Parts: sequence; structure tokens; C-alpha cells
Amino acid sequence: MTAVAMHPPLPSRLAGLRSAADYLGTIVRHLAGNASSLFGLVVISVLIVLAVFAPLIATQDPYLQNLQDVLQPPSWAHFFGTDEVGRDVFSRIVYGSRITLTIIALVAVIVGPIGLAVGTLAGYFGGWFDTVLMRITDIFLSFPSLILSLAFVAALGAGLENAIVAIALTSWPPIARLARAETLTLRGTDYVAAAKLQGASSARIIWKQIVPMCMPSVLVRLTLSMATVILTAAGLGFLGLGAQPPLPEWGAMIAIGRRYMLESWWLVAFPGGAILAVSLAFNLIGDGLRDALDPKQRRGRH
Amino acid sequence: METLMDVRNLSVTYGRGAGAMQAVRNVSFTLGRERLGIVGESGSGKSTIGRALLKLLPTATITADRMDFMGTDLIRASERRMLDIRGARISMILQDPKFSLNPVQRVGDQIAEAYAVHHRGARREAREKALEMLEAVQIRDPERVYRLYPHEISGGMGQRVMIAMMLVPEPEVIIADEPTSALDVTVRMKVLGILDALVRERGIGLIMISHDLNLVRNFCDRVLIMYAGQVVEALPAGELAHARHDYTRGLIAAQPHIGGDRAPLAVLRREESWKRPLAEVQA
Amino acid sequence: MRLTSAGLLAFARQAGTILVTLLGLLVLTFAIGRLMPVDPVRAIVGEEADPATYQQVYEELGMDRPVYVQFARYLGDTLRGDFGTSLRTGQPVAEDIAAVMPATIELATFAILLGAGLGIPLGVWAAVRKNQPTDHVVRVVTLLGHSMPIFWTGMIGLIVFYAWLGWVGGGGRVSDFYDGMVDPVTGFLLIDSAIAGDWDVFWDALNHLILPASILGLASLAYITRMTRSFMLDQLNQEYITTARVKGLSFGRTIWGHAFANIRVQLVTIVALAYGGLLEGAVLIETVFSWPGFGQYMTNNMLTGDMNAVMTCVLLVGVIFIALNLLSDLLYKVFDPRTR
Repeated sequence: MTAVAMHPPLPSRLAGLRSAADYLGTIVRHLAGNASSLFGLVVISVLIVLAVFAPLIATQDPYLQNLQDVLQPPSWAHFFGTDEVGRDVFSRIVYGSRITLTIIALVAVIVGPIGLAVGTLAGYFGGWFDTVLMRITDIFLSFPSLILSLAFVAALGAGLENAIVAIALTSWPPIARLARAETLTLRGTDYVAAAKLQGASSARIIWKQIVPMCMPSVLVRLTLSMATVILTAAGLGFLGLGAQPPLPEWGAMIAIGRRYMLESWWLVAFPGGAILAVSLAFNLIGDGLRDALDPKQRRGRH
Repeated sequence: METLMDVRNLSVTYGRGAGAMQAVRNVSFTLGRERLGIVGESGSGKSTIGRALLKLLPTATITADRMDFMGTDLIRASERRMLDIRGARISMILQDPKFSLNPVQRVGDQIAEAYAVHHRGARREAREKALEMLEAVQIRDPERVYRLYPHEISGGMGQRVMIAMMLVPEPEVIIADEPTSALDVTVRMKVLGILDALVRERGIGLIMISHDLNLVRNFCDRVLIMYAGQVVEALPAGELAHARHDYTRGLIAAQPHIGGDRAPLAVLRREESWKRPLAEVQA
Repeated sequence: MRLTSAGLLAFARQAGTILVTLLGLLVLTFAIGRLMPVDPVRAIVGEEADPATYQQVYEELGMDRPVYVQFARYLGDTLRGDFGTSLRTGQPVAEDIAAVMPATIELATFAILLGAGLGIPLGVWAAVRKNQPTDHVVRVVTLLGHSMPIFWTGMIGLIVFYAWLGWVGGGGRVSDFYDGMVDPVTGFLLIDSAIAGDWDVFWDALNHLILPASILGLASLAYITRMTRSFMLDQLNQEYITTARVKGLSFGRTIWGHAFANIRVQLVTIVALAYGGLLEGAVLIETVFSWPGFGQYMTNNMLTGDMNAVMTCVLLVGVIFIALNLLSDLLYKVFDPRTR
């Protein structure tokens, strides 16, 4: 149709790749090459495996109470010991991975597109639309995420679904801010101007030019946000405002275990360790992604 | 003429083993109370030499048969000894005052510090000296300029501050690393003139590092031409027209002359063969 | 700073932005309050009240008026400093908050002293030893600190240092034995006991403070160290560092005298932001350690649905954060000569 190539300049490592599968493959390969991000990948893979194959991996029904076997320390029968009503801690953690994975997936799926949409639209169209949206994000950003989530859960009532909504509500502003910043830079570039001259509609420009260029940094930020999301979700569960018992959510498990923790350390140590591992994994993967997708950030990142 | 510096087979290597890269290879020269120019393009190693002499290359290995400064063996000198030498005996003027001056410290204080480092407890005296030096580099109203911050002064003024800072402890040798490259052309001559006068009246040995052959030709007594880390030619500035090495001749041929002939200038050649280790070129 | 028309305009614009943000904050807290699944009328009149009483209180609270009128009323009350009465304690919310704040401030201040006092030198050290073993260790530690659920760390701390080793006190600000012994002059136990000369209480309070403050401090340490390291590395690449070395300054003096001077302002900003971030950690830590501070107060209110208290708490947190952000901006402008 036209001789002018309309492809935005992808980072050199990814230039020439077309399909999403290709893109993904390169990223995974890069992450696997680095020890720390490999660790992150492994942990997340384990998480997914645990969640999907929970019934096969868990040794018991996580809700099965056994009042004969209350507060047993770790043993071959119960890898992580038992809790105050005799439930097997290991099995609960395995099933709890489903809850964790659900939270992460839902929040990511909500926050990513919304943040991206709000940010790019605000950045592209500017004007009062931008100002209004930015004021709104400012208000959200002026809160630490846990406290805001707490407030929302208080408003909406306790429970897992509400916790997910609350966390999502507090997680989208940073993504929107980032997308807006990128859009502002891209808005003034020559290839966007060229597209406009060709008669491309705003929607087309945003979708085809701007969004792909925002993707790398948004993905990195999203991944790093997931690390915080897990901590926030666990915090809410711990305070009793997230998943309600008897759901085996890791934070809630710690809350219940608290009463017995001084004698029965395993009630608290293992769920917390799981939370730590997953949060750490996302941090490592996020750092690795940043190196893979945004090499020019290397200068600033150290 | 008294010899201030005697350098023989100076080499600077980055990295180790297979990936090692030699930035400077077997460079030899002597320096008296005169002006020595080191000319080369980017990557020729000329700036590295300056820092190597002051041993300010923490990631590199510096070796030499001799690196002598007025009787002190710089190679074997301890860091303590180097702290005494830097600034007080050997100094270096850096290229761009936008970056080489501390942004959050007043310029006068930075000059005073250069003096105070080597004269303990002489705070007031340091200030006096700084003001004196500001006058010496022809800055009018030194009291006012003393209190300014680097972002409040122009490039030419900044470079004069740099000169003042590096001359205030009265060193014997000054290394000027591209002292005018970051300045507007109109300001260059003025700053060079100031440097010229100060170096002459104090009898300081000057090493002028530059990519500008013309500049060095007019300013210095002797010239070293560097390529790929080696000295390919060394000769008095006046004899540059009769240079023998092809690279030097190429550099000279690439300079336009007012009143010269109108034919297209020759493109500078760079031969691979010039990268091979040369027999020692004594300067 | 001279008073120019441009300067005034910029100031006015920033003030306007802040006011709008504050207004938005008030809208948010109002919305939260109204959404809460607790009937404020019922909470006042009780379960057995008859419809007439219910209606009376309903109108008193202004619940029959349109939403924007209610909001205006809320706005008016807030500006006058009337934050309502707690449904739980029956006291004015403002008084309740004033009673619990000192405990949290004591905790947060200790934590930030630890976090910054250790974090800044650690960050500088890591930057100076970039890519050497020390640097890697520091980076691992900060990464772990960043990924840990803080309430869990607190609990592990209690298990290890209180139950197993007996080095520190358990939950609460003081042991039961000393509870209420000292007059609450400032609300800060350490100061109050020092004033009273009651050193037993002082040491006991310190014993109880050290673990939660350390855990909180650890969380801010991770952030502060990482940022300090990053700032320092930026500076170490600059030419003026070479200039300082050329003048004959030792490496140590160059780092602390020159490089550090250039990051001072940024560090203050970071510490201010970290202090705000501690509020979040305090909510969780106070629950773990049964620390009677603002965090625990806020959580309890949310669990019991104490509307006025929740709204005020959320408002207060928002205001603190906005204030801290403003403070850091201001400090930047005042202390960085380049922005004058």
C-alpha cells in the first residue's frame, strides 16, 4: 500500500519478531538464562502446577478436621504439621495456591487493560479528560495500597471477591500513570504524525502504534505489582478482611495460627514462606523482564 | 632543561585474559618545563594516559618500565603518596565544566578546597588564595563569582574556574584534557590565552591532550601523535609540516587552509598496519 | 526565593492541585462511609428501637436528604474539625485518634531511625563496592526485605527472639506488670518514663519497642538502601568525582563530602516517603504485637464497621500522605541550588 514502513522501532532484540508466541519464547529464554529470574520462573511454575494438580499433590482434604491429631509438628504423615483442628497444613497450602493464583490472575487481567486504557487515552487526548483522570489517579496514589484496600473492603464487606476488587482498585493507578507517561512521549513522534497524515483514526493509532510500544514497560510494572498484590492479599487475609475461613488462604492461615504460634511455629512459618517465595519470584521475574524488554533502562536501574 | 616526568613503555590494560583490551601500549616520553601535546582521535588512548599518570583508573592495570615524576616512582607509589601528589604536584584540567564541577557547591569553595586539601587548617588562607586565582584567570568581581554555583556561570567562566582550581595549589605539572573542546569557538582563544600566560609565568610543565591538531601545533612545543594506543610519531611542533608517518601526514593533509588550493581534501586513511606494535618512538 | 509573579502563579497552581486532591479525598472517604454495610442509625438506636425513634435519628443524621446535601454537611463538619463520634467507644473520633497516635508515632520514628540509619550507609557501601560480593549480599537482603510479608516477619521475630531466645519483650508496649505505672504526659512511653525517672518502665518499654520497630525498620531499610545505592551509583559516574580525586581528595572524602552532598536532598525525600510507607506496615505490625496504636485502631474500626471512625482514619492517612509528598517537593526546592 505504501512504501513507508509503519512498524514502530522495537527494541533490537525483538525486532523482526511477529507472532506473540515468538515474543513470548524470546522472553522466556532470556529469563531462563539468568539465575535469579530462572528461580522466579521455577517458583511460579511450581505454583501453577500445585494449583492445577492440587487434588493429586495434596495428601489430604484441606477441610478435613481430625481432633485427635491437633497441633502436630511436621512429620512424614503431615509434612507441614497440623493446625488447631487437625487439618493437614501441607494440603491446605497446596489448595491455597489456587486462591493465590486466582487473585493474581484476576487482578492482572483487570488492572492491566484498565490501566493501559486509562493511561493511553488520557495521554493521547489530553485536555480536561487527562486532567480529570490524573487527579483521580493522584488521589488513589496518595494512599498506601494496603490501607486503601482496607478501606474498600470495609466499605464493600469482607470476603475474597471484595478483596480482589479492592486490590484491583488500588493497583491500576501506577499502571495508568506509566502508560500515560509513555503515551505522552510517543504522541510527538514522527511515525505517529505520519499515521495521522495517512488518515488513521485515533483509535487505530492508539491500538496499533501506542499500545504495543507501552507494552514492555507496562508488563514489567504489572509483574512487579503482582509481588505487592500478593503481600496485600495476604495482609487482608491476615486481618480477617480477605478470604474467610475455612478457605485455606495463606494469609488467613497465618491469622488463625497466630494464637498458637509460640508453641506451634509451623502454623505460621510455612504459609508465610509460601507467600514470601511467590512474592520474591514475581520481583525476580519483573527485574529479569526489565532487563529483557527495556535494555535502555539498564543505565538508570543499576 | 630539567626533566619533570620520565615515562617509558607505559601500558594500560582493561580486563584480563582473553578479553583484555590495551588502551595504551608502550608509550614513552619525557616532559620538562615545556608544553607537550598529545594528539589523537577518539579511542587513541590519549585521555587514558592523563588518568594513568595520576593513577585514577581503578579498573585498569597500569604497567611501565618507568613512570618517574621528579624522583618519585609513580608506579610503585602508595595511595597515600599519590594523595599528596595529586593536585599539589600534578594536576589535571577536565574538559567540560558543566559536568566537572560539583553542582551543589559554590565555585569559590571548590577552588579553596583544592588549596585546603594540601594545607591543613588554613581555611581563611584558602579563601584568599581562591580569590587571588579568580583574579588571575581574569574573572572580574571575584567576590561575587566566588559565591556562585556552577549552573549560574557560563562555559568559559566555568573553565576558567577549573583552571583556577587546578593551579591554586601550585603544581609543577598540569595535564590539560581537551581543555577547550566544550567551549564556544569565540571563547576558546581567551581561555587558552589565560592558560598560556599562567603556565609560562609559573614555569609549569604542560601536557595538552587534544584531538585538534591545529590547536596543539600552535600552542605546544612538542607533539606526540597517537593511534590505537601507540605513539606513531613524536616531533617538535614546528616540524609538523615535515612529518614522516603516514597517519600524521594524513591528519595534516585533512586540515583546510585559508588561501590553500581548492582541490578536495584527502580523506584520512587508517591502516591496520599502524596498529601493530611499533619500535619505540622516543620523544 | 524571590517573590515573582511567575513564582506566585506556580505556587497557586500547586495549591489548587492539592485542594482538588483533598476534595477528591473527601469524596472518597464519604463514599466509603456511605457504602459501608453498617446501618449507622441502627448502631445508635440499637436493635429494639421502635420505628419512630429510628425515624427521628434518621432525620437527625440527615440521611433523608439528597446525597450532595449530605456531602456538603460532611464537608462542613470536617472543616470545622468535627469528625463525629465513634459508634464503638462513644467518644469523639478526634479524641480517640489523638489517644492512639503517639504509640504509632513512637514506633514509626524508631523504625525510620533504624531504617535510614542503617539503610543509607548500607546503600552507599553497596554502591562503592558495586558488583563485588558485598553488593550482591546487600541486594539479596533488600530484595528479601521487599518480598516478605511484614506481619509474618513480625511473627517469626516473636517466635525466635521472644519465645525461643527471650531477648525481647512480647506483645504490647509494656509488660502487664508496668501497665499504667507512668503518667501519660506526652503519650510517648519512653519520654514519659524518662521524665518520671522510672527507669524500670523505661527499659521495659524499650524492650517491647525494639522488635516491632526493627521489623518495621527492615521493611523501610529495603527501600532506602536500594534507592541510596541507585542515587550513589548515578553520582559516582559523574565527572566532578574525578575532579575531586584529581585535587587530591581521598576516596572516602570524595564519597562523603562530594557525592553524598549531591544525594542529600533526594535522600530526605526518600526518607519522608518511607516514613509514610511505614503507616502501612504499622497497621499489620500493630496487630501482630497487640500494639495499641493508630493502625490497630483503624483495623478494629473497619472490622466493626464504625463508620465515622473509618472515614476519619482514611481521611487522616490520605492527608498525611499528601502532606509528606508536599514536604518532599518543598525540601527539594529549598535545598537543591539548581532549582532556585
